[in-house]
Amino acid sequence: MTDLTSLTLAEARKGLADKTFTSLELTDAHLSAIEAARVLNAFVLETPDQARSMAREADARIAKGDVGPLAGIPLGIKDLFATKGVRTTACSKILGNFVPTYESTVTSQLWRDGAVMLGKLNNDEFAMGSANETSCFGPVGNPWRRDGSNTTLVPGGSSGGSASAVAALLCMGATATDTGGSIRQPAAFTATVGIKPTYGRCSRWGIVAFASSLDQAGPIARSVRDSAMLLRSMAGHDPKDTTSVDIPVPDYEAAIGKSVKGMKIGIPKEYRLDGMPAEIEKLWSEGAAWLKAAGAELVEVSLPHTKYALPAYYIVAPAEASSNLARYDGVRYGLREQAKNIIELYENTRAEGFGAEVRRRVMIGTYVLSAGYYDAYYLRAQKVRTLIKKDFEDCFAKGVNAILTPATPSAAFGIGEKSGEDADPVEMYLNDIFTVTVNMAGLPGIAVPAGKDTQGLPLGLQLIGRPFEEETLFSLGEVIEQAAGRFTPARWW
Amino acid sequence: MSVDAATVRRIAHLARIAVSEDEVPHLQGELNAMLAFVEQLSEVNVEGVEPMTSVTPMQMKKRQDVVNDGEIADDIVANAPATEGHFFLVPKVVE
Repeated sequence: MTDLTSLTLAEARKGLADKTFTSLELTDAHLSAIEAARVLNAFVLETPDQARSMAREADARIAKGDVGPLAGIPLGIKDLFATKGVRTTACSKILGNFVPTYESTVTSQLWRDGAVMLGKLNNDEFAMGSANETSCFGPVGNPWRRDGSNTTLVPGGSSGGSASAVAALLCMGATATDTGGSIRQPAAFTATVGIKPTYGRCSRWGIVAFASSLDQAGPIARSVRDSAMLLRSMAGHDPKDTTSVDIPVPDYEAAIGKSVKGMKIGIPKEYRLDGMPAEIEKLWSEGAAWLKAAGAELVEVSLPHTKYALPAYYIVAPAEASSNLARYDGVRYGLREQAKNIIELYENTRAEGFGAEVRRRVMIGTYVLSAGYYDAYYLRAQKVRTLIKKDFEDCFAKGVNAILTPATPSAAFGIGEKSGEDADPVEMYLNDIFTVTVNMAGLPGIAVPAGKDTQGLPLGLQLIGRPFEEETLFSLGEVIEQAAGRFTPARWW
Repeated sequence: MSVDAATVRRIAHLARIAVSEDEVPHLQGELNAMLAFVEQLSEVNVEGVEPMTSVTPMQMKKRQDVVNDGEIADDIVANAPATEGHFFLVPKVVE
């Protein structure tokens, strides 16, 4: 029954409702696929017993006619989401064997709607990275390889395990989080669909914090419709997160197939970078042509502060991270290194527990917030952020419904190609150049697979929407998916 | 702006991360690469621009000022590396 893993979420929902197969059969098919794909290192913890017990429960509910929106659907959970009684580490040594005594709001809503948990997915340590190479569990393999090559490529990051597992048919969908591009960039690298909703759409409660004013949860799935189904369950107001917004969650799936006729799509000239690969340029124009053919109107727009988004991000995000990560002190949970006094206990624990990238960002964050530097760095970056957001507001005020851009400046690259001792960290950061603006402005953004490069690797397009207009992104994303088709990697693992 | 070795040691201490002497030059290089990268922000005219405090314009909801949680001391200490009863254990702080 291994072909059950190749169904989309929407197809599986129908099969379960029609009793063509059970959730237990569907779950077992995925558990076998996970076992056979351990070389990808996408899962950092498999929870087969829990999965089977949740599947049996779902089957019992379905038999009684109580079909939740995700009843019996097996999912993977990024290891950044706290799962009650199941080890949650953010893929950092410093959390050690942390076993939460509570459940994150987003995952609790998935279980409320009947979903089944297969296990916890790999990610960059504390979601800091763009290649899933900073995880304490080691790198994740991308199911995609260059034509005729055996080189293992990165799946992108930080939600690399989520993207890899969804692309390799190990789960029907996955939770992910996005602070600077961590849903959309890995989605683009693996030919999956990833949406970062508007800031405030999903509760951050129970998600390991990186940069609180930028972090948002969202799904990675194999189709635009599947991602709409998942977001509907993940989103919603939560009194436990004061930044979560109290507005009703629409039925996102209803936006699929809705006409995009007359919509105004902005093409931002600042996203046309010097030295951008011709194939990215070509993909971008193709995407524009597809939307035009579907009746949308294309307009050139200007977002003048685009080039400042990434440098501003590398002040704001590390600053917030340095504050959020202060809690890892070796006292209340996680790793502890012995020491003679309390200060040494903190310092030794954090030196041992944080990886190189996390240490670098905590130190930069500490510096830009320190006395005498706060105004020059942090305050200035927050002012630049206001300007970046205003660029988008001006654009939307002119009637633009959504903005089309490439998702990434390149296709996936090899493990170790942009990391390691002598690598320039800034080189890795440039991966998020098209996605980070969206987090800075709190807007929704979706990455949809749109084609392949000359080496056979997937490339994605990004659509950026107005606040809380995710439905527009699903309608437009569906147009791209229909035109480009869906892409599945050849199995080598 | 760039940082010298003494500043790297000071930041490490502020961040409560032990850094050995031989790690300092490498960290200094990395931090300076990042600072050089963000340097371009100084060319932006931010005169009269309000710093962003909330990306979504919304009134923050206030919670009722009532006790709605608690009596979970076992849960709180469940993951602690060293405890005694419901207390966290640390090296002696007060002489």
